[in-house]
Amino acid sequence: MSTPTNVSSGLSSGSIASGTVVAERPTDAAATDVPTLRLTDLRTTFSSRGLKVAAVRGVDLDLRPGEITVLLGESGSGKSVTAKSVMRLYGGYASITGKAELEGRDLLTMSRSEILAVRGADVALVPQDPTAALDPLRRIGAQMIEVLRLHKAVPNKAAAKARALELLDIVGIPDPPRVFRSFPHELSGGMRQRAVIAIAVSCDPKVLIADEPTTALDVTVQAQILDLFLSLVKRLQSAVLLVTHDVGVAREVGDRVGVMYAGRIVEYGPAAEVLDNPRHPYTRALLDSMPTPEVARGDLRSITGQPPVSGQLPPGCAFHPRCPSCFAPCPDVDPELVDAGPGRLAACHLLTAADVPVTLAHSAPGGDR
Amino acid sequence: MTLTQTATATDPGVIPEAPLLVANDLVKTFGNGVRAVDGVSLQVHRGETVGLVGESGCGKSTTAKMILRLLAPDSGTIRIDDVDLTNLRGKAMRRLRARLQLVPQNPQTSFNPRLSIRSSIDFNLRAHHVARAERGPRVLEALERVGMPAAYAERFPHELSGGQLQRAAIARALVTKPDLIVCDEAVSALDKSIQAQVLNLLFGLQRDLGVAYLFISHDLSVVEHLSDRVVVMYLGRVVEEATSKELWEDPRHPYAEALLSAAPNSGRARIVLSGDPPSPVDPPSGCAFRTRCPVALERCAEARPPLVISEGRHLVACVNQERVSEPVPV
Amino acid sequence: MTVLHPTLDEPDDAVDVHPSAPSAEPVPKVTRKRKRKVSRRRLGWPARIAGGVCALFFLAAIFAPLITPYGPLDGDRSQRLLPFFSGDHLLGTDGQGRDVFTRIVFGARISLMTGLVPVLVAGLIGTTLGLVAGLGGRRTNTGVMRTLDVFYAFPAVLLAIAIAAALGSGASNAIIALSVILIPPIARLAESEVARIRSADFMEAARVSGASFWSIAVRHVLPNAAPAIVVYCTALVGLSIVYAAGLGFLGLGVAPPQAEWGLMVNDLRQFTFSAPAISLVPAVVILIVSVAFNVFGDGLRDLLDVRSETH
Repeated sequence: MSTPTNVSSGLSSGSIASGTVVAERPTDAAATDVPTLRLTDLRTTFSSRGLKVAAVRGVDLDLRPGEITVLLGESGSGKSVTAKSVMRLYGGYASITGKAELEGRDLLTMSRSEILAVRGADVALVPQDPTAALDPLRRIGAQMIEVLRLHKAVPNKAAAKARALELLDIVGIPDPPRVFRSFPHELSGGMRQRAVIAIAVSCDPKVLIADEPTTALDVTVQAQILDLFLSLVKRLQSAVLLVTHDVGVAREVGDRVGVMYAGRIVEYGPAAEVLDNPRHPYTRALLDSMPTPEVARGDLRSITGQPPVSGQLPPGCAFHPRCPSCFAPCPDVDPELVDAGPGRLAACHLLTAADVPVTLAHSAPGGDR
Repeated sequence: MTLTQTATATDPGVIPEAPLLVANDLVKTFGNGVRAVDGVSLQVHRGETVGLVGESGCGKSTTAKMILRLLAPDSGTIRIDDVDLTNLRGKAMRRLRARLQLVPQNPQTSFNPRLSIRSSIDFNLRAHHVARAERGPRVLEALERVGMPAAYAERFPHELSGGQLQRAAIARALVTKPDLIVCDEAVSALDKSIQAQVLNLLFGLQRDLGVAYLFISHDLSVVEHLSDRVVVMYLGRVVEEATSKELWEDPRHPYAEALLSAAPNSGRARIVLSGDPPSPVDPPSGCAFRTRCPVALERCAEARPPLVISEGRHLVACVNQERVSEPVPV
Repeated sequence: MTVLHPTLDEPDDAVDVHPSAPSAEPVPKVTRKRKRKVSRRRLGWPARIAGGVCALFFLAAIFAPLITPYGPLDGDRSQRLLPFFSGDHLLGTDGQGRDVFTRIVFGARISLMTGLVPVLVAGLIGTTLGLVAGLGGRRTNTGVMRTLDVFYAFPAVLLAIAIAAALGSGASNAIIALSVILIPPIARLAESEVARIRSADFMEAARVSGASFWSIAVRHVLPNAAPAIVVYCTALVGLSIVYAAGLGFLGLGVAPPQAEWGLMVNDLRQFTFSAPAISLVPAVVILIVSVAFNVFGDGLRDLLDVRSETH
C-alpha cells in the first residue's frame, strides 16, 4: 500500500498473505461467548393471494464473533429466507416475527432509518451473484467510496479512496488501482466477487451474511474465495452466517452448521461432527446422496420423493414421508430440537424414544428404479 | 435399435468395436474472436458414458453443441457410425436426429411453456413421422421408463418441480430411441437429493437400453460417478483423458489434480490455484494453463503440449511429469 | 440488493412423484385445476369497460338500420343544424338536415372496417415476415428487415396518403394503403419476439428433435409469439381507425355523400362556430373508439401471459 491511512479499523493494512491475524475487537474468553447476533424463534410468513406460506418456522441461532455458522439446506428449505429476514430485505412482502438481536438491539423492531444505518455497516451482505450486486454503469472505486461515505466510516474523500484501495488489496486483488478504476464487466467473476466482499467488509461489519457466495463461481475460483473468507473472518472477528446448499463448502469453512429442512433447523452443532456423524435422518440422507468413488454406479442413496412445498407441509415431522427411519410418532408430532451430544441439537423422535435404538437407517440404495 | 451391452470400453485389454461417435479435431471461433474450442477430439462407444468436465468457458458446451449440430464447426469432422454429420443437411440431418438427443441443463426453461408434457414429447415423435396411433403409447412408455405417472403427461411445465421436469426431459430424449444422449449439465440445476435420483435413473436407462451418454458437467464428483471415461478440458483444449477410475486415483495433468482436489469428498489436500482462467480471446502462449500452473516450467511457454499417451489409454497434455501432490489410493 | 418477490424463493407446486408408489399418489384432475387457474385471471375493469365500448360500436354497426328510423343519406333541408335531443334527433342534424346519430352508426360500418381489415391483413403478412426473418438465416433476416426499414423511413401517415392518392379514392384503396403502412411495425415486433423465443432453451430441444422448420415455427414459436402480437394488433385497430378517418377527411376514402367518420369531421368543420357541439361529435367518437381499443389491448396483455405465475 502506498498511501498510509489513519483510519481505525479491524482491517488494517498488510497483505493477507502474511497471515497476520489482527483482531482489535476484544477476544477474551468471556467476550467471545456473547453472541453478536441472536435469533430467537424467527418466523417468516409470506402471504400470496390470501394463502399463508410459512417459509421459516421458528429458527433459534446464535452467531458468535470470529465464527462461521453455516445454514445448510436444499432449495425451498428456508435458509436464504432466514438470512434475508435478518436484514429485513422483504419489505412489506413478508411478516417476520421473533427476535433478531444484534448486541441486544432487535433488528426486527428497528425503525426504517435505524435498519438502513445498520445495513451495510453493522450487518453486511455478500450476495450470490456478484454481477447483479454491482452497478454495471459505475466504476468499482466509486461504488466502494459511496458505501464508505454513506456510513461515515471515513472523514473525507481522500481517506475513502485510500481505504478502498487498501480493502481491495486485503481481499487479494493483485492490482488495486486498476480494479479501482474498472467497471464491473471488465473483471472476471472471481474478481467481481472479491470486490463485492471488499465492499461488504468495508465498514467492519459485526455480522457478515453470505448467501451462497461461491455458487456462481468455478470450483478452482471457489477455493480461492473460501480461503479469503476464512482469513477475513479471523482478522475481522465478524460473526458470519453463511448460507449454502453445498455440503463440501459447509465442511470446509463452517465452525457450526445448522441443517435446515422445511423452514426449521433440524440439526445443529459443530460442523465437523454434524457432517461426519449426523444424528438426524435428513442430514444422514443428504450426505448419502453425494456421489463418492466408493458408491457403485446407479447405487446412489437418493432421498425418495420431493421436498415438501412450504404451503402444504405434511403433519408431524415435515421429513417423515421421505424418512427411511420413520416410526410411530413421526406422522403426528413435530419433534422439538433436543440435546444430541455436546454442543449438538437434533429434532428427531429417534433421539427421545426409549425403546428404539438410536441408529440411523440408510435410505434404500438405488431406490429409484 | 440394437441393445448392445459393451463392457469393452472400460476394459483396455479388449480391442473395442468401432466407436459410435467420433469427433475429430473440432475447432470453433466465435465472431468476437473467442476461440471456444481449439482442436478437440473425442470418441463415444455404444452403451458407454463419456464425461466431459471443465470450468465455465472451457468449451465443453460448445463442443456439445457442435456434436448436436446446433453449431457448425469451423473445421474438424463428426461421424456417427458411418455417417459423416459435418456436412449433412436438410432431411438427412433431421432424420439422423432421432439417434442423437439432448437433455438440457435447466429443466424449468427447456420445455415450451405453452405445451403440455405430452405434447412436448409427442412433438419429437411427430418429427419422425411416427403414426398417430403409435405415438400415444410410446409417450406413455417413455414417461413410465423415467418413473412418471401417466397422469403427469397432461400437466404443463410450470406445474412440475425441477426434478420432475428433468425426468420428463429425459423421457423426451428417450422417446425416439436414440443411440447417444448428450447430457449438458443435466443434473447441475437440481438439489443434491434429487440429483441422486436422476443419476440413478440415467444409469438404469443405460443398463436397460444400452444408450450411450456424453455427460457434460463442471462437477467432477458427478462425472466421476457416472462415466466410464472422462475427458478434462481447459480453455478449449483437452488436457487429460482417462478412465474414470484412473483419473480419480492418479490424475496426471496439474489442472486435473487441482480440479479433483476441489471436489468436496476427494479426500485430498486442496490445491488452490492462483488467479482466474485466462481469456479465450487472448490465451497464453504455449500451454494455456501455465499461468496458473504450480509446476510450470520455462518451456511451457514455448509450445503447446500435445495430447500424448501417458500409459495405456491415459492421455495427458503436459510436458512436466512431476506431480503437484502424491497419488491418493482410493 | 434486490427485494425478491416471495414466490421466487418458493418451490413450485409439486406433488410427490416417487415412482415406487405411483398408484398410491392420487394425481389431481388436471383439467379442473387448469380451469381454476385461468378463471382467476380476469380482465381489469378499465379493459372490461373498453371492451364493452368496442362491442357496442360493433353491434351498432351491424344492426344500424334497426336502431335508427332514418337512413344515412335522408336529409331535410328545413331541419338543418338542429341541436342535440331535438325530437328523434339524438345528436342533432348536420348542414343538410341529416341525422348525425344515424350517420355515426352507419359510418361505424366503414370506419370499423377500415380499422379492422388493414390490421388483420397486416397482422397476417407481418407475422409471417417476422417468422421468416426471425427464424431464417442472417441473410434472410437482413433482406426482410432492411426492406421494411425503407417503409419506416417515410412517416406512416404521409405514406398512406401517397398510396391512397396514387390508387384513387374509395374504401378498398384506403384499406390497401393502411395495410401497407401497418406491416412494418407488426413485422418488426414479430421478428423481435421470434428472436427472443429462438434463444430460449426449449428451442434447442426443438431443433434437436429433428422437426422441420415450419413445424417448429408453428408449434413452438408462434404460440409464444402470438400474445404479444395480438395485444399490439388490438391497439393498432384504434390507430388504424384514426388513420382511416384522416384519409376520409382528406377525401381519399369513400366519396361523399356516404357516411364515414373522417368525412363527417370534414363536412361539419364549417359549422365549428355556428354549431360547435354537433361539429365535435364525429371527432369525439373517433377518440372514444381508438382509446377503447388501446385500453382493451393493454388489458389483454395481462390476460394472455400464462407464465406470469412462474416467472
